[in-house]
Amino acid sequence: MTDNIPPFDGRRWHDMGGDTAQAVPKDQHDFSLWEKRVDALMILCSAKGHFTVDGLRRVLEDMPPESFETMTYYERWIASIGQNLVEAGVLTPAEIGQRMSEIQTRGATYGDATRG
Amino acid sequence: MPHDHMSPSGHPFRADDDVPLSYWQAMEIAVRELLIEKGVTTAAEIASQIDAMDARSPANGAQVVARIWTDPAFRAAMLQDASAATAAMGFDIGPMKLIAVENTDTLHNVVVCTLCSCYPRNLLGLPPDWYKSRAYRSRTVREPRAVLAEFGVTLPDNTEVRVHDSTADMRYIVIPTRPAGTDGWSRDDLARLVTRDSMIGTGRAKSPEGLAGTDRPT
Amino acid sequence: MGMRPVAEFVRVRADMPPGHIRTPAYLRGKVGVIERTLGPFPNPEQLAYRHTGTPLPLHRVRFTMQEIWGPQTETPHDTLEAEIYAHWLDPADAP
Repeated sequence: MTDNIPPFDGRRWHDMGGDTAQAVPKDQHDFSLWEKRVDALMILCSAKGHFTVDGLRRVLEDMPPESFETMTYYERWIASIGQNLVEAGVLTPAEIGQRMSEIQTRGATYGDATRG
Repeated sequence: MPHDHMSPSGHPFRADDDVPLSYWQAMEIAVRELLIEKGVTTAAEIASQIDAMDARSPANGAQVVARIWTDPAFRAAMLQDASAATAAMGFDIGPMKLIAVENTDTLHNVVVCTLCSCYPRNLLGLPPDWYKSRAYRSRTVREPRAVLAEFGVTLPDNTEVRVHDSTADMRYIVIPTRPAGTDGWSRDDLARLVTRDSMIGTGRAKSPEGLAGTDRPT
Repeated sequence: MGMRPVAEFVRVRADMPPGHIRTPAYLRGKVGVIERTLGPFPNPEQLAYRHTGTPLPLHRVRFTMQEIWGPQTETPHDTLEAEIYAHWLDPADAP
C-alpha cells in the first residue's frame, strides 16, 4: 500500500468519461488488411452466435489499464476474440498456440506468413 | 518494399504487411485459419465481410442528410425511426439501431462513446482514430465546447450543446444544419457539403464557398 | 415516440459493482429526465458472460451539465443524453 495511490473505488480504466486528457489527436492511419480481417472475424463470429459484442468488450475491459497504450485497437480486439472463442469452446489454447508457432516459421512478415 | 501483388481474396497487400510479423498478427492468422478449418466461416465470407465494410463510408450518410434537407416526409421518417428510414433508402445497415439527432440554430448535437467507441459504422464505415482516442472519449462529456473548438467549431452561449454518450444499443447520426446559399441545389450537390465530422457533431456542413470552384453548382 | 405529458425524473443508481457495466461512472447518482424509452433489450451485464440477457427497458436520460459536473462546469445549461438500463434507475424528484 503506497500513500499516493487512492483506494480503488470500483471505477475501471475503460470508464473514462470526464477524465482530464490532452488535446484530441488528429492523426489518422489507413486500416491494414490484418486489421480489417480482425474486424470481419468479430462481425462474423457475433452474427453466427459464438459470442456477443458484450463478451468482446468484457475481455477488453478486463485487460490491464496500460493495454490501451501498449496495444493497438485491433491487437486488443484479436486478443479478446481469441479468449471469447476459447470460452465458447470453439477453439482451445493449444490449437491457437501450436498454430501460431507454425505461422511464425513461415516468414518474417505478415505478408509472408498469411495465407488466403 | 511494399508488395505489389494481390492476396487471393483480391485485396492488395499493404506496406504494413512488410513489417516484422507481430504476435497479434500471428494470432489473427491462427484464429482465422482455425475458424475456416472448423467450418465456422470461409475465406470468401471473410473477404465479403471486408468488402461490405469497405463499401460503407460517410458518403452514405451524406446522401441521407441531403435527402433530409430536401424531403420533409423523409425527415419525419428519419426522426421517427432512422434505422427503418435508412434501410428503406437502400443502405445495408444490418442490425444497427440508429437514432438521428437534428441540429438547429439553437441546438448542436455531438456524439461520443465514453465506455468504448460505439459508432454508426454500418452507415458511415469505421470510425476515425480520434473518435477512439482517450482524449475524445474522456473530455467530450465534460468540456464539449473546448473539444469542439479544437475541431474549429465555436458556438454562442445561447446555442445548447447536447452530448450523446452511446452507452448501449443505439447508434447516433447528427443531422447538420443546411448551409445558407443552397436554395434550389440538387440532392447530389447538397450531399457534397456533408462531411463525416458534421454527422458526428465535431463539424458543420461545408458552406458553398467551402467546395472547390469546379465542384460548385452554378 | 412523441413528448411525454409529464417529465419523469430518475436518479442513476450510485452502485459500483465489479464486472461489465454499461452505466458510466460519471453519471452514477445523478438525476435526469427520461427523454424516451426504447427496447426491451437483453441485459448486457449477462450477455457479456455468455448468459441469456433478461429483456429490460432502455431509457434515454437527459442530464444538465450542471447536474453532472456542478455549477463550475463549462456551460451549465448544456445537456447530455445517455442510454441507461431500467435496473440502474430509481424514481427521483426534479433536481
